[in-house]
Amino acid sequence: MIVELGHFAAILALLMAAGLAGTGFLAATNPAWRGLTQALALGQLALVALSFAVLVAAFVGNDFSVAYVAQNSNSALPWHYRVSATWGAHEGSFLLWTLIAAGWTAAVSVAGRQLPSEVHGRALGVLGALNAAFLLFLLSASNPFERLLPAPPTDGADLNPLLQDFGLIVHPPLLYIGYVGLAVAFAFAAAALLAGRLDAAWARWTRPWTNVAWAFLTCGIALGSWWAYYELGWGGWWFWDPVENASFMPWLAATALIHSLAVTEKRGAFKAWTAFLALTAFSLALLGAFIVRSGVLTSVHAFATDPERGVFLLIILALAVGGAFALYAARAPSIGSRATYDGISRELLLLANNAILTLALAVVLLGTLYPLAYEAATGGDKISVGPPYFNRVFVPLMLLLAAGLAIAPISRWKRTPLKLFQKAGWMLLAAAAIGVAAPLAFAGALKAGAAAAAALGTWVAVVLAADCWRHRGALTRSYLGMAMAHLGFAVSLVGIGATSQFSSALDARLAVGEAVELNGVAYRFASLTQVDGPNYTAERGTFTTDAGVTLHAEKRHYAASGQVMTEAGIAAGFFRDLYVTLGERLPDGSWAVRLNDKPLVRWVWLGALLMAGGGILAVMDPRYRRVRVRARSSRADVAPVPQAAQSGG
Amino acid sequence: MKTMNRQRRARLAATALLLVGAAATVALTLAALNENVNAFHPPASIVGGEAPVNTSIRAGGMVAEGSVQRDATGLAVSFVVTDHQGADYPVRYHGILPDLFREGQGVLVTGELTAAGVFEAREVLARHDENYMPPELADMAVHQGAAPR
Repeated sequence: MIVELGHFAAILALLMAAGLAGTGFLAATNPAWRGLTQALALGQLALVALSFAVLVAAFVGNDFSVAYVAQNSNSALPWHYRVSATWGAHEGSFLLWTLIAAGWTAAVSVAGRQLPSEVHGRALGVLGALNAAFLLFLLSASNPFERLLPAPPTDGADLNPLLQDFGLIVHPPLLYIGYVGLAVAFAFAAAALLAGRLDAAWARWTRPWTNVAWAFLTCGIALGSWWAYYELGWGGWWFWDPVENASFMPWLAATALIHSLAVTEKRGAFKAWTAFLALTAFSLALLGAFIVRSGVLTSVHAFATDPERGVFLLIILALAVGGAFALYAARAPSIGSRATYDGISRELLLLANNAILTLALAVVLLGTLYPLAYEAATGGDKISVGPPYFNRVFVPLMLLLAAGLAIAPISRWKRTPLKLFQKAGWMLLAAAAIGVAAPLAFAGALKAGAAAAAALGTWVAVVLAADCWRHRGALTRSYLGMAMAHLGFAVSLVGIGATSQFSSALDARLAVGEAVELNGVAYRFASLTQVDGPNYTAERGTFTTDAGVTLHAEKRHYAASGQVMTEAGIAAGFFRDLYVTLGERLPDGSWAVRLNDKPLVRWVWLGALLMAGGGILAVMDPRYRRVRVRARSSRADVAPVPQAAQSGG
Repeated sequence: MKTMNRQRRARLAATALLLVGAAATVALTLAALNENVNAFHPPASIVGGEAPVNTSIRAGGMVAEGSVQRDATGLAVSFVVTDHQGADYPVRYHGILPDLFREGQGVLVTGELTAAGVFEAREVLARHDENYMPPELADMAVHQGAAPR
């Protein structure tokens, strides 16, 4: 009965979302509708939350008469994994997606009350329409509340063992908050285009929302990468898999967007381009949902597939993207940018940032969709694009991005006297020396990619530190946020350079008592024991190194599903991870063992967390709160331009 | 007037730089794409000689029952991939096989076919859970009218 309540709540939420789509647009011209609009936005959130809570309760209470619960849970599953199993497969994860969309919508309705209703109402109308589409899809093609009656199974089929992990608890919610948060920028851009007021004020409202969504997306992607690293057992942290690319493409677009928004807010330039990026970022998030959930591409972690869902999602994608870009095509030509700049200005550097990120995005998009296009063009021939393709093109672009990023914080709007860059030039020389010396000192070898990454990363950090010192005492939160995010980029860059070029791996055949050496560390297979987990049994291999580090690698056998899972033994360190996985037991009783030595791999995720933290810190700048109050009365077009470097990016 | 000129020059330079950069990226991209595309070949195409030799390709099928042979001392392994319709070919691999690798189940391999007709795999993928199957294998299953389990 309670399950039907959840189902019913979702249906009511759909009606409210559809209502919101209508009243939002009415409120744009007639403020009398604003009250009802807000009530619908909040009511919709309450209903979807109720619906979601019901599904969680069905999981926690082991209600296997619900088909989705029966397929993805088991009574032996620990309770916290029963909660996270709610979003462990397609139907429930889409309900989570819908819940988050409703959450963002309610947030916009409440926090945006002081915006002019011509924009606020339309933005809520767009969000309502999107929510309605999501709920319609949920109820018609992926209903998590379907029952297995009259004969429910006595126990569930269990959650995929790969997903019985902390990673599943946090990764999808963070990722979806990021994905769906980009819908706010999308809705604001569509609303501003409709209202014909694509101005600096619009950019100022959009920036905090975009920053928050981007920060969550950054965290979500980093967590996913970390999870894949320790859970898949191969020691890899990025595979250029279509599903990873699906989350990475909106991130690239959103990264370009937050930089382009800076120019639009401060200088009134790039307006049309900024709107284009705002529409693109969320369109790519929808494309990602389609790629992940339709199963059109080979991926290591796609959902179970169903063609009907693919078609439905494709329709949502086509309507949202088609509608948005038709609107853009109709309105963009009338948007004029009237700011001027010349020479090496901050505008020019941000333009370069956008050009590089857009090219990188195009490269990833091409590599991801090429197999689909090829199959369609040849009538069914299947191909896949290997990771070397992505690395060869993407890496040089990111190094170029880092070079521009290094000098951007010290550049000025409009025009930067070249002598301002003089010190940065000397710093580049010093950084280059460090970039060459550090790998030689720590790894005893020189590799071009790692040296370039180390040099550029150091350069970024040194220039930032010097600039912070010069403006000490007058640092705003938005400047510090920028500095922190850029430092994060540098940290990730150095980590990626080092770990991709200096990692070593070895597959060895080892019996208990035997030892093998990798990169100067001797690993001894000390013992093999049987351990019992809550819902699995495992063989645990204990490995010790000559430096006294102990690693436990497990091979788990899950009773309910009969699946086998590898749990890596990792000694995590700031400078280096030691990583051991048990492969398979060989006929003579020895084991196939994989050893990995991963220098600076933690820096990859640490940098991402710094980036996300920077994004959030910038939003906390009091400027955004002041502006919201001011926006009510004025139709301020271009704000006075602060010339000081600490005005932030 | 002078600033206008300077500004126009700067914009022209920026645009030119952008175009050159974009062109370089496109050229690099197409070259990289050309070299890193792996075509998928079903067993019949491997056995029938349609698949190119010494070129990186993807192949797949079912692991034949009783065909998996581990080397006695190292980590070399060989097995036979079949479509259960008469097309079989041997695969050699060195390293650790995925957890879900089983005889009688679907497998997807990336590597090169030698002139002798042996597939030297550098990557072996198995289905990663009960419900998910790579589209390549799913299509084959549809053609055969049976799910490869």
